[in-house]
Amino acid sequence: MPMIYYVILVISIGIVALVIARRRAALQIQGAVKQHSRPHYHGWWAFLLATVPAILLIIVWSIGSSIYVERRIDAQLPQQAADGPIASRSLALSLVGRLADALHRLDAETLANLPSSFEELRPKLAEKGVALAPDTQDYMIPIAVEANRTGDALQMTGGVLALLLSIAGAAYGIRSIQPRARARNNVERVVRWGLLASSMIAILTTIGIVLSMLFETFYFFSSVSPLDFFFGTVWDPRFAAAGATDSVGQFGLIPLLAGTLYIAFIALLVAVPIGLMSAVYMAEYASPHVRSIVKPALELLAGIPTIVYGIFALVTLGPFLRDLSAALTGGSPFIQAQSIFTAGFVMGIMLIPVVSSLSDDIITAVPRALRDGSLGLGATRSETIKRVVLPAALPGIVGAILLTASRAIGETMIVVLAAGVAARLTLNPFEAMTTITVKIVNQLTGDLEFNSPQTLVAFALGITLFAVTLLMNIVALYIVRKYREQYE
Amino acid sequence: MTDATLERLPVAKAPARRDIGLKRRYAAERRFRFYGLAAISVGLVFLAVMLLSIFGKGYTSFVQTSVLLPITFDQKVIDPQNKRDSDPNVLVKANYPVLAQRALAERLGISPTDKPQMAALKGFVSDGVRTQLRNMVVADPSLIGTTKDVWVLAGANIDSAFKGQIDLDVAEGNRKVSDKQVAWMNQLRDQGVMEGKFNTGLFTFGASSRPETAGVGVAIVGSFYMMLIVLVLALPIGVAASIYLEEFAPKNRLTDIIEVNINNLAAVPSIVFGLLGLAVFINFMGLPRSAALVGGLVLTLMTLPTIIIATRAALAAVPPSIRSAALGLGASKTQTVFHHVLPLATPGILTGTIIGLARALGETAPLLLIGMVAFVADYPTTPLDPSTALPVQIYMWANEAERAFVERMSGAIIILLVFLMAMNITAIVLRRRFERHW
Repeated sequence: MPMIYYVILVISIGIVALVIARRRAALQIQGAVKQHSRPHYHGWWAFLLATVPAILLIIVWSIGSSIYVERRIDAQLPQQAADGPIASRSLALSLVGRLADALHRLDAETLANLPSSFEELRPKLAEKGVALAPDTQDYMIPIAVEANRTGDALQMTGGVLALLLSIAGAAYGIRSIQPRARARNNVERVVRWGLLASSMIAILTTIGIVLSMLFETFYFFSSVSPLDFFFGTVWDPRFAAAGATDSVGQFGLIPLLAGTLYIAFIALLVAVPIGLMSAVYMAEYASPHVRSIVKPALELLAGIPTIVYGIFALVTLGPFLRDLSAALTGGSPFIQAQSIFTAGFVMGIMLIPVVSSLSDDIITAVPRALRDGSLGLGATRSETIKRVVLPAALPGIVGAILLTASRAIGETMIVVLAAGVAARLTLNPFEAMTTITVKIVNQLTGDLEFNSPQTLVAFALGITLFAVTLLMNIVALYIVRKYREQYE
Repeated sequence: MTDATLERLPVAKAPARRDIGLKRRYAAERRFRFYGLAAISVGLVFLAVMLLSIFGKGYTSFVQTSVLLPITFDQKVIDPQNKRDSDPNVLVKANYPVLAQRALAERLGISPTDKPQMAALKGFVSDGVRTQLRNMVVADPSLIGTTKDVWVLAGANIDSAFKGQIDLDVAEGNRKVSDKQVAWMNQLRDQGVMEGKFNTGLFTFGASSRPETAGVGVAIVGSFYMMLIVLVLALPIGVAASIYLEEFAPKNRLTDIIEVNINNLAAVPSIVFGLLGLAVFINFMGLPRSAALVGGLVLTLMTLPTIIIATRAALAAVPPSIRSAALGLGASKTQTVFHHVLPLATPGILTGTIIGLARALGETAPLLLIGMVAFVADYPTTPLDPSTALPVQIYMWANEAERAFVERMSGAIIILLVFLMAMNITAIVLRRRFERHW
């Protein structure tokens, strides 16, 4: 019986406890003593006592028992795994794990007289719709059966313990109903802890991102030197056959970083002037009526998924520019269908609403008095904007541009579709170049073997990307916040 | 002498206005204003061009060319040895395309013995006819031996030609339909048995290697599962986190760290969340690749900051007097928040949630990394089954070479945009309807 059923049972016990406790508390109300808490608080307190400890136990127990079972399998492997055709232990471990999962699907009769060779077992599993890797070995079958037995026994014990704990909690909750019992305070304390736990998820996510990527990156650096990665100028990750170590390939970050920055630069060249001018017009000139139409339209531009921009660049704009350049020179096109310019331009269009909405907020935050002072001295509106409003808003605008740049660097779908996959160093914006995000996608799609440098490099790229964007975001948020405080 | 000095003195007339370059400055003003307008128009024009180009390429995908064929369910073809009662597999394995080919030959008046003509018929009708007829016969074996008029899909190239997307002036060898096929096509059209019908397959089919039987049905179900998971997880967690930060959190180090964290997570590139999902959910926790569950979890983490930021703004907008009144009447802090502040903040929270969901629905990059780029032809029954998502399906079609797939892809984008538009409009309407200014 999987653990989820125990969870459902525990919750049902909790609901029963809730109903009973509320009824009891309601009966007490008719007594003379004034109650501290309303009856439903007694009910909820009993519910929490019955469910929370039991569910925590189930979670901890499941994690613990799965680690224990894996250890057991691992302990039984060595003498046989060494001389088998399977080189790596982790592969053997995962094969046994998958076999054990598959055996769970068989009925009791087949399990009782299980064939000892995998050749005979395979068709029976196939009947149940389970396909297993052909390199599963015969010796793994008893280990898998044993692992299943241990696992089931552990699960059973844990489940029963959880049920007992739940019943005990419910009983305690129901027994402790007194007129002066502070059930409401108890419930509220639990609620508050729950709220705190929810907000900790944000921290957990960050820790998860950093740890998981650091972990894989260290793996990667054990086969490729960090110097070769950060300062290498050649990107050529040959996809080697599983297990072969002689052709590691070269993993130079420089061409990818250069492509990323080049495309982001072109995108900013498009987005910043247009976005900024739109924001200025919207904040300073536009009538409320125009504003109420144009602003949602620009937001619409921001709401379009980036894949749509990517497709537009790939299917429409790229071929159009190529044909246009061919017509201009009357022969061979000098703009390739996938090029830095196409990707950067489309990305720039995508970023216009980002720049404009961020700067709009910042420009409107500049105090009215500054404008009035300038206008009162006889400056025209554009002079006021250029000489007073924009300089006053400058720190905020710099922050906004930094945030936009970090979006541009981390953008994926547009460059995957429009920038090309050739990792090279070039200054010609009409040729294809590739970016960090494109390579992360390339290295991780398709069939992958997890422990090869070819896939692990994606995590090294990912943490580089994360570090760069994080730095930009922190600086940008700091500047923006500082700026806001200045005028508040 | 005095005359001379007088002459040199300025004539006492009204002083000319000092030239402060007003003309120039007003011109600059007009120019500046024009730049602003131009910037906005560039953005809007581009929006229009992009939408028009996609609609122009995609609207034809909602119509699919079909042919009405009198199919004779010939027992000699389907079940020559008459053993379908003992072996149901016979009906599954039978050669159904032959039935359609014969019916088509009959329609066109081609003799079945005319080998070259029959060979030219190949590809005229979609190979998807196999599944279509099989499902009919398996559902109702009594059809065998009868003749029935059935609408079957035309092949992808015929479909393109019928819609006029293939330039028939090009030399015959350089285009995908032969003159003979075009002649047949016109013949069938004149007979009134070939026409464009509304393409329901686009909404019900799954992935397919043939454009005419490829659809986004499976992808929509996958996306739906993911949105459900995001809604069930991200909304409660996000609201709980915001309530804590806005109403309960003491001003201390931990609170500061949480706030900075949330703001940063909102700006982390989405692909990084994909890497997190791959390393933690798939590699470490052993959840299956390509499962909607993993996709939903990744999108949840990605959407949380958006929802938290929106919810905090909504909570902060509830005036303190509401809180003071509730507290003054003896409500506890928790009761105040849950009974009074939260209900008043609901419209803002819902708006933020819908916008977050819309972003998650269009997100592609993280899903590529957790194996959603998969050829999934069957509907997933649980969130643990292999599935794909609408934007990922679009991405996969973008990598196909055939032009019929470009049409499908644009059609799928239109569907995606319609969903997003509906969500955003709901959000705007909610905001307009229920927003309160205190």
